[in-house]
Amino acid sequence: MSATATTIVNLPDQSTATIPKKNYISAEHGLLSWLLTGDHKRIAMLYLISITVFFFIGGAFAGLIRLELLTPQPDLVASDTYNKLFTMHGVIMVFLFLVPSVPATIGNFVIPIMVGARDLAFPKINLLSWYLYLVGGVMMIATMVLGGVDTGWTFTTPLSTHYLNTHVITTALAIFVAGFSSIFTGLNFIVTVHRMRCPGMTWFRLPLFIWSHYAASILMVLGTPVLAISLVLVLLERVFGIGVFDPTKGGDPLLFQHLFWFYSHPAVYIMILPGMGVISEVVSTFSRKRVFGYTAVAFSSVAIALFGFFVWAHHMFIMGISNYSALVFSLLTMLVAVPSAIKIFNWAFTLQKGSITFETPMLYAFGFMGLFTIGGLTGVFLGSLGMDIQLTETYFIVAHFHFVMVGGMLMAFLSGVHFWWPKMTGRMYPEALSKLAAVVTFIGFNLTFMPQFVVGYLGMPRRYHAYPPEFQVLNVLSTAGATVLGVGYLLPLIYLAWSLKYGPIAGNNPWQATGLEWQIQSPPLTENFTEIPIMDHEAYDYEWLEHKTQHEVTAVG
Amino acid sequence: MDNAIAQTEPLMPRETSVHEAGHDVEHEHVFIPQHRHHFETEEQQREAGSFGMWLFLLTEIMFFGGLFFAYLLYRNWYYDAFVPASNFLSIPLGGANTAILITSGFFMAIAVWAAEVRKKNVLVWSLVFTMLFGWAFICIKGIEWHDEWVHGHIPGATYNIGEFVNPKAHGINDEKPLPVDMAQRTQIFYFLYFGMTGMHALHMLIGLGILLWLLWRAIRGEFTQGYVAPIENFGLYWHFVDIVWLYLFPLLYLINRHPLAH
Repeated sequence: MSATATTIVNLPDQSTATIPKKNYISAEHGLLSWLLTGDHKRIAMLYLISITVFFFIGGAFAGLIRLELLTPQPDLVASDTYNKLFTMHGVIMVFLFLVPSVPATIGNFVIPIMVGARDLAFPKINLLSWYLYLVGGVMMIATMVLGGVDTGWTFTTPLSTHYLNTHVITTALAIFVAGFSSIFTGLNFIVTVHRMRCPGMTWFRLPLFIWSHYAASILMVLGTPVLAISLVLVLLERVFGIGVFDPTKGGDPLLFQHLFWFYSHPAVYIMILPGMGVISEVVSTFSRKRVFGYTAVAFSSVAIALFGFFVWAHHMFIMGISNYSALVFSLLTMLVAVPSAIKIFNWAFTLQKGSITFETPMLYAFGFMGLFTIGGLTGVFLGSLGMDIQLTETYFIVAHFHFVMVGGMLMAFLSGVHFWWPKMTGRMYPEALSKLAAVVTFIGFNLTFMPQFVVGYLGMPRRYHAYPPEFQVLNVLSTAGATVLGVGYLLPLIYLAWSLKYGPIAGNNPWQATGLEWQIQSPPLTENFTEIPIMDHEAYDYEWLEHKTQHEVTAVG
Repeated sequence: MDNAIAQTEPLMPRETSVHEAGHDVEHEHVFIPQHRHHFETEEQQREAGSFGMWLFLLTEIMFFGGLFFAYLLYRNWYYDAFVPASNFLSIPLGGANTAILITSGFFMAIAVWAAEVRKKNVLVWSLVFTMLFGWAFICIKGIEWHDEWVHGHIPGATYNIGEFVNPKAHGINDEKPLPVDMAQRTQIFYFLYFGMTGMHALHMLIGLGILLWLLWRAIRGEFTQGYVAPIENFGLYWHFVDIVWLYLFPLLYLINRHPLAH
């Protein structure tokens, strides 16, 4: 380890290294052994495959949207079709990709290992949650095949209940079912973190990945049922015309907004918090330093979860809620910026004087930090009442949440997938190509969504398929960026698949990271640990790791 | 090769502690057959199960919470419609159902106790009574719903506001007639009534289904040899369903007993 070291990657000798014969992948064979598994690692892989499928379906819709917006006049698709495109893009990306992305794949895989357990508390419920996800997904595909849905992912009433004749019912049921998958995942995580920690694993020795998942799980468990009931009410209204959201019958459409956003605002923290957990792990590992202000970062996750429940009405500033309530919700919205900033600052201080190396997960993490900061700060614009009235329902807001969700969460997801890929598969991905993909993604992303801030500020409304010709330059830039971004997402798909067979053998701990998951073989055994470990050091203790490897025999015989 | 070393060395497997190893031999632990491999101890398994159930009940509270919130809103907006609509509900039937449900909950509590003290017959019979009273509740609820259907109180296209606009013509003498627009709002009350009692009944039916399965397993003697977690956790669920009703009954049936000051 000289000062000039540019990488910390430490792979075993490739001429002799092998994947351990006994591991969770080789433990059983056949399709049924996967479909009926209770192993959290296998379920994580099932999730990984299924969310990737939906990500690319949702991405294809996004591609069509950007293609239509290449020219000011509607020419590629009819206006109704356009409405369906952005609706299904939103529904798939939010409910079938972003919500389960990190928790159900990476979280499922590493949470039990990180707390030193053999599995999640309820393996069967874990499998059930994947099946529920799948049922929701299949219903969503059915919706698409039958002709789609065009309410927008927000199901705004009375539009969704009275004025549209598309497949609202199937979609709402799909989300209802997928919602229960998310509830069960959250429930499983909370119980696991409370009850399955190994001896010595105190709350403040838990990796920050666990803290952020714990906070996100609280949101899943408390928020998702409210979404479920509001969708049930929309269904009943549509099927029986009961009028609970129908102003002509005395119902209140705003009630739907309150119920819907009571879930859907916390839902954005369900999406981002697990990503923040990934970034904590990655930043610490590639700076060779304990995360600065561990306790502050841990509690900031909980604070985000807590504040997240009291800001929902900022989605309703222009919907006729009272000025006083808008004022309070605006102030509360500003409060969320505090724990988010705590995280960003603490990651920055983690980097300070760290031995930083630029492996692929770290590149994605840098992308996250920059883009999430921009996304978060523009969120403060939108949280202020005056600005919101100008900017809401324009492309500014589209750019804002794509910076947080795509620039933030998707970057974090890719960072996490690359970071734990050696653990999940036992093999490394091609280093140069993956760095290229990270850079391409970053450039493509900025090219796609930066112009949208401008075009939105100039007044281009969202959800229209035609626009005044003076906005064309910015829209062409955005569409061009989307193409680059598409390449950035296809690359990992290809080289990660390639690496499954041809990637170099990773060994136990290619990053020399400190987490418990890096101290066991890759890919892990079905039972994770042969003996339940005893945690005798703090999280991110690189000195402990160094002392451990001092006595390690690296070459035998 | 370094796999094996990395795995065991830093993590201090338990055998290394001589004291503990000796301790284990002294109190040889007999695992119950239902012990799952990924739990270290039975106690951990039982705690995890019951904690999971409490969390699930929390999600249920949030689920019903949406309906209760809607009720709160509309009750304040349309109090004048909610009162006569509520007066159509039968307090004797609702009261009887409350008593029946509490009795069912009582037998469930007995069942949990019986499982813990390993009395198989008491367990089986109390589960049977829990079920019987549960079904009695559903039947009475069905009778009530039928009455409301006869009166045209099902919200939707066939909803009939006649009894609220002109109560005297329907032989109801102690209600003041409502203006047509307020009479329409009774529909919201009935929607909430059907929505909430329907959702509650759905939970009961699911519970009765699970109860049947538990009963079958109890007859096979699965829960009277030290493994009581399913009975305990189902008990929590069943009591939760009881409690929801204990809120629904006053909110929906007794709303006019303490009228808001106008």
